[in-house]
Amino acid sequence: MSEIVLRFLIGGAVVSAFALLGDLFKPKSFAGLFGAAPSVALATLALTLSLEGARYVATEARSMVVGAIAFFVYASVVSWVMMHYKWRALPVTASSILLWFGVAFGLWCVCLR
Amino acid sequence: MKIHVELDVVRQTKWYEYALRFLFGGLITATAGIIAKKFGPEIGGLFLAFPAIFPASATLIENHERERKARLGLKGTKRAAQAVSVAAAGAAIGSIGLAAFALAVWKTIPNHSPWLALLGAILVWMTLSVLLWQIRKRFAPLRRRIKRAPVPNE
Repeated sequence: MSEIVLRFLIGGAVVSAFALLGDLFKPKSFAGLFGAAPSVALATLALTLSLEGARYVATEARSMVVGAIAFFVYASVVSWVMMHYKWRALPVTASSILLWFGVAFGLWCVCLR
Repeated sequence: MKIHVELDVVRQTKWYEYALRFLFGGLITATAGIIAKKFGPEIGGLFLAFPAIFPASATLIENHERERKARLGLKGTKRAAQAVSVAAAGAAIGSIGLAAFALAVWKTIPNHSPWLALLGAILVWMTLSVLLWQIRKRFAPLRRRIKRAPVPNE
């Protein structure tokens, strides 16, 4: 239980720090780079490294490559939809997460399973 | 436009917007840990690249853009959507750097000092992301000119 709380606190702090960095920079396309910063990964991998060792971290990182490809598809689709349809950001970004799940698990089944 | 820092945004952002991002960041990090414990690191690793706070950040950008336009008496719907689109395009570039970060960790961490490997991977993410952003910035005006150019008669 204490490990989960620790993960929550470290994850919250690292993600907030990267998000704040993203807010500070202009132009927006450059600030957007921080939207795909390895914030969750850094918080998780640093903790996992001390608890489970390097081999475990390497296995997680291998799957993360697939997750990052899914992120690329997700962000590209969100960008295209927002530019062409001018819908509200929350429904578009939240519903597109299903696309991330589809691409991530699809690629994982095809390439890594 | 050159890369610069705008500190005004810190004052514009409300406390609950910071709290929301802390909550989402903390929740996804804890969840990724729980998933890795339950289903193994092969599945847990996927969630290290989950777009956890992107919806919150995009909503924040949209709200700030709308507020800015509202002060000028405008609705700002189109401008806000464009701002989110541009930020998402930046995130798409950043995600290529994110994949390179993961690749660097995967390949280097078993045979090198783990902390150095993590540090090296951060440098890979940062360098590649900025480099790709510069390339896109350089070629975007050229692409726009090609699109606008009249199609010659064959």
